[in-house]
Amino acid sequence: MGRLARAGPTLGGAALAGAARLLRVPRRGGRPGADGDVVAPARWEVVTVDRPPEQVLPDGRWPEPLRRLDGAVEVRVRPAPGDRGTELAARPVAGVTPPTGLAAHLVGDDPGLLVRRMLRQLKQRVEAGEVLRADRCALDRPEVRG
Amino acid sequence: MRALCWLAAGELGVREVPDPELRNERDVIVRVRRSATSGGDLPLLAGRHPLLRAGDVLGAEFLGEVVEVGPGVRRHRVGDRVVVGASVACGGCWYCRQGLHSCCDNAHADLASADPDRASTDAGCFGRPRAAGGFAGGHAEYVRVPYADVSAFRVPDAVDDDRAVFAADAAPTGWLATELGAVRPGDVVAIWGAGAVGQLTARAAVLRGAARVLVVDQHEDRLRMAERHFDAEPLDYRRTDVAAELRDRSGGRGPDVCVVAVGAPPSRSLADRFGGQHTDRPDALREAVHACRKSGVVVVLGGTGGFVDAFPLGAVTERRLTLRCAARPNLRDVPMLLDRMASDELRTEHLATHRLPLAQGPEGYALFRDRADGCVRAVFTP
Repeated sequence: MGRLARAGPTLGGAALAGAARLLRVPRRGGRPGADGDVVAPARWEVVTVDRPPEQVLPDGRWPEPLRRLDGAVEVRVRPAPGDRGTELAARPVAGVTPPTGLAAHLVGDDPGLLVRRMLRQLKQRVEAGEVLRADRCALDRPEVRG
Repeated sequence: MRALCWLAAGELGVREVPDPELRNERDVIVRVRRSATSGGDLPLLAGRHPLLRAGDVLGAEFLGEVVEVGPGVRRHRVGDRVVVGASVACGGCWYCRQGLHSCCDNAHADLASADPDRASTDAGCFGRPRAAGGFAGGHAEYVRVPYADVSAFRVPDAVDDDRAVFAADAAPTGWLATELGAVRPGDVVAIWGAGAVGQLTARAAVLRGAARVLVVDQHEDRLRMAERHFDAEPLDYRRTDVAAELRDRSGGRGPDVCVVAVGAPPSRSLADRFGGQHTDRPDALREAVHACRKSGVVVVLGGTGGFVDAFPLGAVTERRLTLRCAARPNLRDVPMLLDRMASDELRTEHLATHRLPLAQGPEGYALFRDRADGCVRAVFTP
């Protein structure tokens, strides 16, 4: 269970059953910044997925695309009030170096952007069965002519 | 393929653009047979959306034939004639499962960039900028339709294209207005705006049993159309004391339901747009609030601008009014409306006052924008 909350992609069967409760909200101190100040923990990014927890995290594992953030984020999951599915939250883990390629996203102007996008994509996969892609803009394609 | 593209503020052009492609498993590709102008396009045409890009294909309302089907599509086959709802909706989120398709959570292709702070975006829409969903519009030869099992509807054989194209948006918007207003048999319903949506609201009110339906506008041809085709009583606000007439024709009470369907306000000046201080004056809305009977319902249909000022909140609270709003309709009503079209309960083809080839799209929009030559809607054939 702790693995779910900390940074790992798996969740045991017992923990899955326990998803009816708040699994875990880690409490962490801030980490020192470059100037020695304590850096506040990142904000939780939250989505509500209109499915029960066992469908949001099937077999107790982090599904794609959340799995790509393994080690870089902590996650919490709990039933939404009013039988509205599952509240799924994630935030960057303080003091943890993100996997290669994610660092810029996680420490850029909006560190929550990648986490938010992953949560939204997970929600789309669970509720709609696919991650919706935009049309390609005509100007993005070379054959456009006036 | 050819498509009607936004080029710059006030400038449209028919251009050669790449064909659409299946991008998701639940997509279909539709060969367009008809597409209609829409009031929601006018702010785009005027350049009032900051995220429009030159080359964006317009058109939220269209009908066509399915020519390609994604592997995840269950309800449609190649050859189906379908009308496509203006909203893109997934069908699986909480909002869709409540029937609130225009509030769909999953119909933006780039949610994070569209709404960086909160997941409060509404459904996607065809023919809007990328940040408003990311889906090209129907003023084209072909269109990609995401979530086609939810958004596209087979058209009964008895309903021809010119009628069915209004099931994409205008007819369900009118129906929704009466649903939000909870129109009941015997009600008096007043509608501001005699465009296609206003007229179809009038028809929906009649179908729900309203005893009296009044339509307020300044365009004589539109008022006569509403009277002739939909049994509405016309009120020309240039010649009539609207408030007094509404009182008189509702036994002194005021209408039970007042619907504001006046479309987009006039274009702003450049200074207003970039200064961000502009607010629209909702004249029709204010009149509706003051006219409505105590404890009545005022329904506002989109297009009133981002901000309004001088809103009569005191009248709303003192007179215990209910204010309900919508920018786009529910998809769930489309099949029912197609059935009503098939049985001739709902006739809409007269609203297509101008039928033009797509190549004349810019001219069609100019007529529609200026309400010139009696234009209510221009309908294009690729």
